[in-house]
Amino acid sequence: MSTTATTPAPRPLSPARTLATAVRVLRQLRHDPRTIALLLIVPVLMITLLRYVFDASPQTFDAIGASLLGIFPLITMFLVTSIATLRERTSGTLERLLAMPLGKGDLIAGYALAFGAVAVAQSVLATALSVWVLGLDVVGSPWLLLLVALLDALLGTALGLFVSAFAASEFQAVQFMPAVIFPQLLLCGLFTPRDRMHPVLEAVSNVMPMSYAVDGMNQVLTHTDVTTDFYRDILIVAGCALLVLCLGAATLRRRTG
Amino acid sequence: MMNSQGVAPPGAVEARALTVERGDRTVLRSLDFTVEPGRITGLLGPSGCGKSTLMRAVVGTQAKVGGTLDVLGLPAGHPALRPRVGYVTQAPSVYSDLTVRQNLDYFAAVLLPGRAHRDSRRETVTRVIQDVDLTTRADALAGNLSGGQLSRVSLAVALLGTPELLVLDEPTVGLDPVLRRDLWNLFHTLAADRGTTILVSSHVMDEAERCHRLLLMREGTVLAADTPDALRTRTGSATIEEAFLHLVDEAAATARKEATR
Ligand SMILES: Nc1ncnc2c1ncn2[C@@H]1O[C@H](COP(=O)(O)OP(=O)(O)O)[C@@H](O)[C@H]1O
Ligand SMILES: [Mg+2]
Repeated sequence: MSTTATTPAPRPLSPARTLATAVRVLRQLRHDPRTIALLLIVPVLMITLLRYVFDASPQTFDAIGASLLGIFPLITMFLVTSIATLRERTSGTLERLLAMPLGKGDLIAGYALAFGAVAVAQSVLATALSVWVLGLDVVGSPWLLLLVALLDALLGTALGLFVSAFAASEFQAVQFMPAVIFPQLLLCGLFTPRDRMHPVLEAVSNVMPMSYAVDGMNQVLTHTDVTTDFYRDILIVAGCALLVLCLGAATLRRRTG
Repeated sequence: MMNSQGVAPPGAVEARALTVERGDRTVLRSLDFTVEPGRITGLLGPSGCGKSTLMRAVVGTQAKVGGTLDVLGLPAGHPALRPRVGYVTQAPSVYSDLTVRQNLDYFAAVLLPGRAHRDSRRETVTRVIQDVDLTTRADALAGNLSGGQLSRVSLAVALLGTPELLVLDEPTVGLDPVLRRDLWNLFHTLAADRGTTILVSSHVMDEAERCHRLLLMREGTVLAADTPDALRTRTGSATIEEAFLHLVDEAAATARKEATR
């Protein structure tokens, strides 16, 4: 068998195919109104819950609330993407698509676009409610909160896509959530500032993308202007998302056993 | 029928010493065969003999393929073949949470992207829905269709792009006889009018008579490749099923002779 067959010619991203894929993913979601409702309402409920848990200490609500606004999109998009792409792999539609003139980049960008749009809707709701109803005290611009939330969603999509390659069933895919997300959740600075952790853990937290997602949120929370730290944070989150998306692309094999 | 430009047309599919490994087993052993262009070739053999594996090799989704396998003059799996080859997997591969039309809209947009083609895409989608007789179910969710209807949606996807080679993995399994006849008529129309080469598999021998040529397979090897008539004459059998049994016995006898020598 000639080797050229296994290395498809590099092809540029096709905007039309990417868009068609995003529309398709959103149409699938539209046939599942319960998932849409959960995606949009759960963050709103949790942040409301949090507000009254910390009824007596608004400062704590500010810090944890802002962090959560960054963590929700990451976790939900991780779950949604890992299940969606796992289904794509097991239902044979991935095999069919890759035997068609669809670039891997088109498929991945299509997913990122669709779930990015869902994340924007989710974050707009949660952020608006937090800032205007629940009294979350943000010094910086709420738009920046949205930007970080969107990047977090992309990171979640990227991670979900990547781990779906290692899951044989939806049960396994769901189990990747505690494996991939929980350690980051514990170390991201949500519970304790990262510089007060054991030095080893702090070092570990320094290489975990969620730490920068939460950091970025806190920068917006406490600074009127866009700080250099904020730029660093969003660049790291965006860079990680891109890197993991490329790793995810490498797991989409045209030829399988 | 042969739409090539004067030169002696090569087979639509040419396999030489084609070998495929899956897991640690050799599933196809050194196959040599040719699929003639513009004709319907039936790939017949019992379940597990390697029909799906062979088809996956032809469309370029099978890993660990050894030997030579050329499709439409290019190595199997070549990117340039993707728009030219239509493939229907054995299990229906469509989105169960989309309607029939939404499924086809998406795959049509992959084959023929862009706003400029929107009208021709809509026409094509309507045509293939008619071809597989699902017009009344076009707006039903694929997940709510019966097994036979679902496999027809899967088939419709492969008909979208007017492919030169159609690879169909057991497309008529579980369909009622009337529909089966209609689909076979459709395959013959495609071969006659558009010169489409069709490679279609089945584990049911009575579909053999509908093919121009047959590849009889058993346990990863090709027992025989010929027209249904020639196969029956050569083996002195009344049906393809008998011919198949005859060929299996013949092969077993040869193997025994070699073993005792
Ligand atoms: N994913 C796989 N990994 C390992 N072996 C496989 C796999 N799929 C099929 N096989 C084996 O390959 C052989 C041929 O399978 P297949 O091509 O599906 O046969 P058919 O389509 O004729 O029923 C069978 O013995 C089957 O057990
Ligand atoms: Mg099969």
